[in-house]
Amino acid sequence: MNNTSPPGPLQGVRVLDLTWHIAGPYCTKLLADFGADVIKVERPSSGDPSRAFGPFPGDRPDAEQSGHFLHLNTNKRGITLNLKSDTGRALLLQLAARADILVESFSPRVMPGLGLEFGALSQQNPALVYCSISNFGQSGPYRDSRSADLITYAMGGPMYATGIVHREPVKLGPRLMEYQAGNVAATAIMSALLDADAGRGGQWLDVSMMETQLAGVDRKITNLLGHQYTGEIAGRDELVLGVLPIGSFPCKDGFVFFTVFTNFWSRFAAMIGQPELVEDPRFTAPGALFNPERRVDIDELFYPWLGDRTRQEAQAAAQAFHVPGTAVQTAADLLQDPHLATRAFWSEADHPRAGRLSYTGAPFRLGGGATWALRNAAPLLGQHNSEIYTGELGFSAEDLVRLRALRVI
Amino acid sequence: MSVHVNGGQAEQLPLEGVRVIDLTLVWAGPFTTEILGDLGAEVIRVESRQRFATSTRGMLAHPTREIVRASGWNGRLYPDLEPGERPWNRHANFNSTGRNKKAMTVDLGRPDGVEVFKRLVAVSDVLVENNSAGVVDRLGIGWNALEPVNPCLIMISEPAFGNYGPYAHFAALGNNVEALTGFTMLRGYPDGDPTTAGQSYHMDNVTGAGAAFAVMLALFQRRRTGKGQFIEFSQAENMLPHLGGPIMDYLMNGRVWGTTGNRDFIRVPQGVYRSLGEDRWLALSVGSEAEWRGLCRALGRPELVDDPRFLTPAGRRAHHDELDAIITEWTRSIDHYEAMRRLQAEAVPAGPVLDDAEAYADSHLEARGFFQPMTHPEAGTHPHPGHLWQSSRGPLRFDSPAPLLGEHNAYVYRDLLGLSGAEFERLQAEGHIGDDYVEGIP
Repeated sequence: MNNTSPPGPLQGVRVLDLTWHIAGPYCTKLLADFGADVIKVERPSSGDPSRAFGPFPGDRPDAEQSGHFLHLNTNKRGITLNLKSDTGRALLLQLAARADILVESFSPRVMPGLGLEFGALSQQNPALVYCSISNFGQSGPYRDSRSADLITYAMGGPMYATGIVHREPVKLGPRLMEYQAGNVAATAIMSALLDADAGRGGQWLDVSMMETQLAGVDRKITNLLGHQYTGEIAGRDELVLGVLPIGSFPCKDGFVFFTVFTNFWSRFAAMIGQPELVEDPRFTAPGALFNPERRVDIDELFYPWLGDRTRQEAQAAAQAFHVPGTAVQTAADLLQDPHLATRAFWSEADHPRAGRLSYTGAPFRLGGGATWALRNAAPLLGQHNSEIYTGELGFSAEDLVRLRALRVI
Repeated sequence: MSVHVNGGQAEQLPLEGVRVIDLTLVWAGPFTTEILGDLGAEVIRVESRQRFATSTRGMLAHPTREIVRASGWNGRLYPDLEPGERPWNRHANFNSTGRNKKAMTVDLGRPDGVEVFKRLVAVSDVLVENNSAGVVDRLGIGWNALEPVNPCLIMISEPAFGNYGPYAHFAALGNNVEALTGFTMLRGYPDGDPTTAGQSYHMDNVTGAGAAFAVMLALFQRRRTGKGQFIEFSQAENMLPHLGGPIMDYLMNGRVWGTTGNRDFIRVPQGVYRSLGEDRWLALSVGSEAEWRGLCRALGRPELVDDPRFLTPAGRRAHHDELDAIITEWTRSIDHYEAMRRLQAEAVPAGPVLDDAEAYADSHLEARGFFQPMTHPEAGTHPHPGHLWQSSRGPLRFDSPAPLLGEHNAYVYRDLLGLSGAEFERLQAEGHIGDDYVEGIP
């Protein structure tokens, strides 16, 4: 934990964070890590569902030691509040009156149902930036439909083109769509903060997770506008980039990833010690490098080379010939990765229950003095109740006891 | 009800008055500047007639019709597969991210070109570039050269691995970066290995949003300090925090995550199931007891709720393959949208895997006005994907198609930089200014 680190560029910006799961908390983590004062509001007793996600040390469930929760909630202050009670709503209105930004990721019906919709809150705080993150957005026929990370990728992302022919489409990785949506929401919030900061008032941001996929560069470049232009549909076709090695390949101790576009053919041939291949008529005929039959020939040349090498050896050989070839690493490799170590990427923080842990570092490095910093680990459930309710909202200790008894906090 | 309060564009967009120099290529960089342009910034692409950056305005400057038709994927993306006379103005890749932008040409390989570039820097707010590490420094337009020209400048560089460190100069494309950073190992089928993952990526998407966020942080800070800054944006480091689960499990338990297919670490059952029709699929994900009971009802198998194998999430996980078979038995004879409707009626998260044509036809996206028509002078009129989010202040910008190569040379050189007619003609004669590529570029 580093309380002597320079302030973040968002120092003094107050965020009221009603989000849960992954997308919303990742959004507010970005704001908090860059210096905003983020007050995370959780349900009394169970808190954010990500407290139950794990992973847990030794696989023993503990709401204060969930790896996802710890990762996603750095630098935030935490309070509990029952929004379903009248007193709870009144407290939220007080908190929203002094916030610059409110972020919520409930189903679209929830906040209006509580009387906490943008219109109500902006009336008392016209400069409030109010960001709603939802599965399908705040309007349209799917507004109230249920979703999940997998479904976001299926309906919004390029899942139809992910995987191999004759098998089911496959997702990109664990919950990556949720992280991406959180990143987009933070970007939307920064744009609205610039507006509010210039005296142009607050606004309501509608972040649809489905649309963060559809408007993302991968889906629309490879598929959507391309489909409009060509009438073709991007599918799970392995040969779209030609027959040269593009993808993960097994080697002695794992996998290496090669991206050998057709214009890297001569470098590739040199790398595998067969520079004469570039004169080989099997590969020089027009369209040869897109002919599926040539793939077998290439594989026959490539696999023995791979089998003789470890990931690191294959990577070193590829780089020596300027061929894009890199090791396929795991989380275990990342923690010992020499590049990340040289760049001092990892940060550490102490947490009263989870102890000292490494955390991922700055997503980018600002050169203007104010910067990213891991100032505090994630809050315990209700850790800052007394600091915020009595210290900042002016309640007495007796009030807090009463609110606890009423299960408001 | 939509969050739009009125039809037109917001009265003033957040980045109106901000001028952005766009020295980007391929995907990640152009997506960054697209977001800034959507927000109202004046984005000026600086391009070269002397060098064709592959994968940006197409794979080649002058592909023949035969090459286009013989190409896979990115090489094909021309209207009706016709490259036309100026293919660089007709490629879907560029025309998708190019909206709202302007474009000028200059040869940064010559001192005159660098001089022009510095004059542009002097009147701009932001410079975005995603060339390989070291390229802008070699051209004499790195941060150290530009800061004296404009101390208010915000410059962001997006090298894959950052500007220093053992991998900084690696030959690597986006998917290589995903391999080194632990993403690739998590893809593919559960019975397979990462060789079966195919060609989809995370990095370019999250670089765009992340870098636009970074630029706006710096703009926010500049309002307080009056100073610009250099932002080193390692695309690898920007996306590493997206692996919270696998990293924490390794740190806490020494466990290494592998390929998980379509399964989840919490939600169960979850998968993509064959639907009625050719290559049609349904995605389904159960995250609570209520959703599990809803699934059993939708499947017409209410007795499964009491099946001892499936009583708990742990039991359902242990018998996931059997559940997949039961679910497929139901999904395979039902249209994927119809299955979504029936499952959602039981409050079960489910939706079709949409191909490109289905996405364009989807009623929800239509109701939200997601796709919008755009007319491009050399590529025609097509519905384009819309914006990353909506705002109550009005739609983000969608007002001009991707610029033609050199389309705004007169605006930039004459109006913005104040060059005389004679200077303009000299730079034109010397090849800086033009609307095509110099001879000899394939």
